Amino acid sequence: MHSPFGQVLKAIRENEPRAIPLGYRTERSFQNPLPDNGPESPFTPRGPKVSETSQIVWDTAARLFTEQFTPQELHRAEAGEWLGAQWDRIEELGLPLALVPEEDGGVGLDAIEGAMLVRIAGSFAVPLPLPETMLANRLLAAAGLPLAAGPATVAPVRLDDRLTLARTEGGWRLSGVAHRVPWGRSAAVLVGLAEHEGRVLAVRLTGAQVRTEPGVNLACEPRDTLRIEGVAAESAVAPLPDGFGLAECFAMGAALRTAAIAGAVGRVLEMTVGYANDRVQFGRPIGKFQAIQQSLAIMAGHAAAAAGSADVAAEAMHDGTVLLPIAAAKARAGEAAGSVATIAHQVHGAIGFTHEHSLHFLTKRLWSWRDEFGNEAHWNRVIGRRMIAAGADGVWPLIAAL
Amino acid sequence: MQDFSFPAPPASPDTESLRAEVREFLGTELASRPASERIKSWSGFDADFSRKLGERGWIGMTWPKAYGGHERSALERYVVLEELLAAGAPVAAHWIADRQSGPLILKVGTEEQKRAFLPRIAAGECFFCIGMSEPDSGSDLAAVRTRAVPIEGGWRVNGTKLWTTYAHHAHCMILYCRTGAAEERHGGTSQFLVDLTLPGVTIRPIADLSGERHFNEVVFEDVVLPASALIGPEGNGWNQVMSELAYERSGPERFLSTFVLLVELIRALGASPSDQATDAAGRLGAQLVVLRRLSRSVAGMLQKGENPALQAAVVKDMGAIVEQEIPEIARQLVATEPALRSPDVLSAVLGYAILNAPAFSLRGGTREILRGIIARGLGLR
Ligand SMILES: Cc1cc2nc3c(=O)[nH]c(=O)nc-3n(C[C@H](O)[C@H](O)[C@H](O)COP(=O)(O)OP(=O)(O)OC[C@H]3O[C@@H](n4cnc5c(N)ncnc54)[C@H](O)[C@@H]3O)c2cc1C
Repeated sequence: MHSPFGQVLKAIRENEPRAIPLGYRTERSFQNPLPDNGPESPFTPRGPKVSETSQIVWDTAARLFTEQFTPQELHRAEAGEWLGAQWDRIEELGLPLALVPEEDGGVGLDAIEGAMLVRIAGSFAVPLPLPETMLANRLLAAAGLPLAAGPATVAPVRLDDRLTLARTEGGWRLSGVAHRVPWGRSAAVLVGLAEHEGRVLAVRLTGAQVRTEPGVNLACEPRDTLRIEGVAAESAVAPLPDGFGLAECFAMGAALRTAAIAGAVGRVLEMTVGYANDRVQFGRPIGKFQAIQQSLAIMAGHAAAAAGSADVAAEAMHDGTVLLPIAAAKARAGEAAGSVATIAHQVHGAIGFTHEHSLHFLTKRLWSWRDEFGNEAHWNRVIGRRMIAAGADGVWPLIAAL
Repeated sequence: MQDFSFPAPPASPDTESLRAEVREFLGTELASRPASERIKSWSGFDADFSRKLGERGWIGMTWPKAYGGHERSALERYVVLEELLAAGAPVAAHWIADRQSGPLILKVGTEEQKRAFLPRIAAGECFFCIGMSEPDSGSDLAAVRTRAVPIEGGWRVNGTKLWTTYAHHAHCMILYCRTGAAEERHGGTSQFLVDLTLPGVTIRPIADLSGERHFNEVVFEDVVLPASALIGPEGNGWNQVMSELAYERSGPERFLSTFVLLVELIRALGASPSDQATDAAGRLGAQLVVLRRLSRSVAGMLQKGENPALQAAVVKDMGAIVEQEIPEIARQLVATEPALRSPDVLSAVLGYAILNAPAFSLRGGTREILRGIIARGLGLR
């Protein structure tokens, strides 16, 4: 509990009942159409596993994101600007250390609470590498390496990319190409993962050791090709413990994207319902038309499935990164992402097709995130193979165990 | 907007031994039951089987022991239900009584009604049917016309109920009908516990599109009910029937009706299916994993005494889509032709699933009605 954010958490854990109204509701309007998705959102998670702590994470982060990520900032980020001041605020709150245990200098949220934070960030289309840095720091802490000061990312992020690690005099050489690395150009620290003699090692590199070819996803979030040819000192390389294989690290990325999708989908639902209640045609709000209601009900189903998927994935990450539930979650959430984006644009009509309107900040992320860290086909095949291997009479026991 | 969240289902640490126990029981009991029977899922009727479940303590599991129940948690009950459905056990005989009639009696029944019915339901000896729909009242349940008129010492009932599943095997019906002025849409209705052997009750079969008989027309002609047949306060029918629907819509039968087909599909695909088939099967698995999570969450909310009617509508709507997709996907992956009495297992199971799939988005509230409920929850209506 070193960060101010951690101190807030600690204070809350120790003192209840806590203060609620945080006063960050914003008006729903064309200028600022990303509405508040704070504690009163219909998708605000609750229940036994959603502790006071998560609620406070939700509140604090939501307030910060509401203040910091107006459409103007989102437009600036989309144009390629690094939102340094906003990143500093995120760091001040200690959010990048959310998944690092307290004894290692982190905030000590568990994976479920950490995923919640990513979900909130997703709902605000936060155009900064928060999940990436959370994951990088979690891996650094697991390997016993120094945490990152500043933004960080992990490579490789595609299963067909492999980095090679070789011994050199007094240290190690990490080399290879990693494609579509989120925020590669902005990362002060790159956590390279490579197998060496049957173990997965984490290599802590600085941005200077990497050649970056910029690329972007549909939402203009950096997805860069990194040509890595770096020498790392002995002290910057360490093995990851059990449960942190390459497949598991990839799955953690998938779990965090699932959380982000759930957040964005929940927000898109809220925006679209709001719009349907506001927009008048034929003398009444379009939400009064049954065709629109039915579409929005379908969207609500997908949003519930995405939220459920995020919970499944977060719990699996918490329980030692169990692959199969994460596979199901990312696949289902990916499907929700596409359907929700389609319906949202249909209901919004032409205004939602403009660059001025904020809907696209979320839908372009949904169209991107569903393909990152494994698309539906990838994860469906993972499950399908396990179902086939389990055989007809093993299918139910397999599903019931997830 | 109402609360749409699905809280994490409560931890249920002791359920694994229960699950193993149920699996062992079903392994023996269903050993000789072919897949073409198991695909009937919760429409499969076998009174002896229900009695055996009652002996095991797997009916009325959450009810107080004083009424023959077993005071187990909703999640324990959920484990038993999903194991029964996944195995294709014939549970129709007791299903409705366990799911909604018993809980209704427990909630609003008199002490006498509780003692008279609950122990027999829990023993798997007393079966119920649902008397809601009528010829002119389907989705518009408030339009029911069947009427009970107060008479000396009781009520006289006239009217017709329709689509009453297994009325011809049931001992009792929970009848939803008018007791007040016709112009009162919701207020003037009540529910009754009706002994189906009473004079004036006629049960006529209606064959479904495959020629099978499971639903009926139930006609009431001057049927005299004792005063003790009224369940819950007079005029409270609408509220009761709505809470009954929350039970009716929330269970795992709303996404597992065609699970036996998925099992047979995996069997037919064999050890090395195409990538396309693997992906498609995996997708169905992913859907079921997430639906199951949401459905268990609903069970947890029911256990806490909350009213998850909205969440139940969401799960039922999505569940029906997946149940209906399973036959459509299966037929694309294995080149077989659906035929009810085919010696080829997949063909027979597929045939049954295709013929019954339309009902999944009708019974218990149509797709459109569920989506209307969800839209209301979203604040659109
Ligand atoms: C296999 C099966 C078993 C059943 N078992 C029972 C039972 O045991 N007991 C019992 O009481 N009932 C039972 N039912 C009846 C079931 O509850 C009704 O079929 C259901 O409520 C729909 O009513 P309906 O069939 O009259 O269709 P209708 O209400 O006439 O609907 C026809 C179509 O119109 C649509 N529609 C209706 N109103 C609206 C609206 N406001 N907005 C948009 N669309 C609308 C419906 O969605 C549907 O697509 C059973 C039905 C089936 C198929």
